[in-house]
Amino acid sequence: MIRGPIPQAPAQPPKAQVEITIDGTAARIPEGSTILDACKSLGVETPTLCFLQSLTPVNACRVCVVELEGSRVLVPACARRVEPGMVIHTDSERVRHSRKMVLEFLASSVDLSTAPDAQRFCERYGADPARYAESDGSAATVEQPVKIDNQLYVRDYSKCILCYKCVEACGVDAQNTFAIAVAGRGFEAHISTEYDVPLPDSACVYCGNCIGVCPTGALMFSSEHELRARGQWNEAEQTATETICSYCGVGCTLTLHVQDNSIVKVTSPIENDVTSGHLCVKGRFGFSYVQNRPDDV
Amino acid sequence: MFGAGGGTSSYEEAEHTDLIVLWGSNARETHPIYFHHVLRGIHNGAKLYVVDPRRTSSAQWADGWLSLDVGSDVALANALGREILHAGLEDRDFIARATSGFEEYRATVEPYTLEHAEKTSGVPAALIRELAHAFARAERAQLCWTLGITEHHNAVDNVRALINLALLCGHVGRYGSGVCPLRGQNNVQGGGDMGAIPNKFPGGQDVEDPASIAKFERAWNATLPRKAGWNLTDIFHAVERGELDTLYIIGENPAQSEADQEHAMELLRSLKHLIVQDIFLTKTGELAEVVFPASATWCESDGTVTSSERRVQRCRKALDPPGDARDDIAIMVALARRLGHDWPEYTAQEAWDECRSLSPWHAGMSYERLDELGGIQWPCYDEEHPGEKFLHARLWEDPVPGERAAFACVEHEPPVEALDDAYPIRLTTGRRLDSFNTGVQSGGYTSPLRRGETLDISPEDAQRYGVREGERVRVSSRRGSIVIPARIDPGLRPGLVFTTFHFNDDIATNLLTIDVTDPKSGTAEFKACAVRIETAAV
Repeated sequence: MIRGPIPQAPAQPPKAQVEITIDGTAARIPEGSTILDACKSLGVETPTLCFLQSLTPVNACRVCVVELEGSRVLVPACARRVEPGMVIHTDSERVRHSRKMVLEFLASSVDLSTAPDAQRFCERYGADPARYAESDGSAATVEQPVKIDNQLYVRDYSKCILCYKCVEACGVDAQNTFAIAVAGRGFEAHISTEYDVPLPDSACVYCGNCIGVCPTGALMFSSEHELRARGQWNEAEQTATETICSYCGVGCTLTLHVQDNSIVKVTSPIENDVTSGHLCVKGRFGFSYVQNRPDDV
Repeated sequence: MFGAGGGTSSYEEAEHTDLIVLWGSNARETHPIYFHHVLRGIHNGAKLYVVDPRRTSSAQWADGWLSLDVGSDVALANALGREILHAGLEDRDFIARATSGFEEYRATVEPYTLEHAEKTSGVPAALIRELAHAFARAERAQLCWTLGITEHHNAVDNVRALINLALLCGHVGRYGSGVCPLRGQNNVQGGGDMGAIPNKFPGGQDVEDPASIAKFERAWNATLPRKAGWNLTDIFHAVERGELDTLYIIGENPAQSEADQEHAMELLRSLKHLIVQDIFLTKTGELAEVVFPASATWCESDGTVTSSERRVQRCRKALDPPGDARDDIAIMVALARRLGHDWPEYTAQEAWDECRSLSPWHAGMSYERLDELGGIQWPCYDEEHPGEKFLHARLWEDPVPGERAAFACVEHEPPVEALDDAYPIRLTTGRRLDSFNTGVQSGGYTSPLRRGETLDISPEDAQRYGVREGERVRVSSRRGSIVIPARIDPGLRPGLVFTTFHFNDDIATNLLTIDVTDPKSGTAEFKACAVRIETAAV
């Protein structure tokens, strides 16, 4: 093969810089960035639950809100784009209070036991969900039985914070299968298949991309669910190894989570150019053939 | 193509193109994550055309579905070329500067009128014209194919016919424009790139080129054959002729994957020595005299694989292999030593570094850089080189350095097995989303999507032959016969049935398929054989 010039993708036109102020620090941020991007570039840690870089912001969780001078209401950092002259406060009393209440509402109604990020934010903002308990000691919750209707993954909506990430990953942002959506309103709002049918009767193709984006463990590999139920899930003992899927020729990067020489979960790095963190049913679940435990056969 | 056996584009280009053609590819199910890039392209405004006899789940996303008769690809491609020329939409500057053989091509496609193509392929003339104009007018276009193009007796002609279209419109060598064979297995590309094909050394270097021979002989301190070897099909023919009595098979299950399975089994049984190295005792392994249990390369060993965008990526050991299973390299070294050769122990990285020292395409791909960059696309000539997103940018230099890209003159040839009164139905084979090839891998997990093997049949044929959903029918070809449950699929046309070979232990589809192969690639015509269906006495 003749060695030619190194091919280049067309250069993007340079972006104009927008001048804003965050927590008293003046900054120049590329046009089109969000306030969240700006915070990241300045090292300002902002909690997010419904935001993921590979998904379109839905502004559902409100935990990333910041105070914007001149704005009557707090604005979501994940979706609001920077504009010249914005003066933003990310750690004002009003912001901390709002974040704390959002987290308290979630923690009082949802089981966050497998949601490490949410737990960390609760601690950081001093959330006290117990104060929402009614006189009989219990707040309204979304507690319900775990949905187990197939052998690959379970849906435990007691742990669902309605962040919409699974809906987005199943929809136009990744898989474009549209097997799930939010049904119902208010406190009754929940994630549902069409007509609430079990997964095997739905449009689901078991890519597991909903599991990949779920921030609370509401959607979970059956293998992880079973190990947790037996008290044998041990993240500290697990290794995570990146390799390439053994099936088709696309070359998706798999992260194999291994405990006791068994694959217990498969993910893909969100920053990977090929997958953006998404896989198909074979890549995510088709690993059993290499498991050498007799009870796996 | 044009001196490099690999797709010319990167996946990301599907997101930044104006037109995508999937030809003989159901990427939605067979390359799902590539299809994610296609979907992003569609959401960004690209048009999608799907050329496939079946209305697949990929075709359901298409702006245009060209439902051609199995095996009429060249007729359709040549008609697209003729229509582009007659409409004056070809890229004359590109053709004049960067290609050769254009006048011969023009003469070859001249008889392929829209009417001729409609008659031969069954695709309405208006739709052929629509795709011709859309492809030629698109600023950027991706032309992708899979086994629907290559599992034919005239596979190479099919590929050349598609490449002609890209040359005609200058849809190659630019960001967003290119031709992409999507590889069916995780290291088909890498296997070929590493020289596991009979006519190439690693890095696409010709095994009959004296300079290459001299280079590899020096490196390996051995005398190498002067002539290209045999591909899998040639090997089976040599067994048949009695010229070959020993086979060492690594990671392949030809007892189930070859067309005309009964015949393939006979040939394997006739061998004097059969050695099989695999992660399971496959059907082929059961026939072997010696079996070497191997570790699974993607999770029990270290190494590299190469994807359909020429990206070399690291595989890493995450599990200890079971029992006595050993790494492929270790087995081969141990065998070489037992045969009296003083081979050193190799790690995967040492083997790779040796490859880099001999293959200019891979020279700059140290393990360190592969780790750091998340894989590198060949060619990568040195450790400063970033790898190449797309190939053949040189075709847009003026003057073009090196050889011009050649048009090929190819003619339509129908499938070898014509339909007749005894076998009036066309059987074509393929894959389903949750399964893979002979099922050695995908059989290991419980997919809720899996319905077991079925013969998919159009509603019209179901009515015509009195077949009910789920009913077991007998399907026979000139070579064999199987019993299989029927599934009525409105995505199929009358006269066409579909199945897979994912469940070979239960339903041996390859008893039916025909063992005629492309003389250049050696690929069998899995996509087209003639069958009949019977419902009675099953």
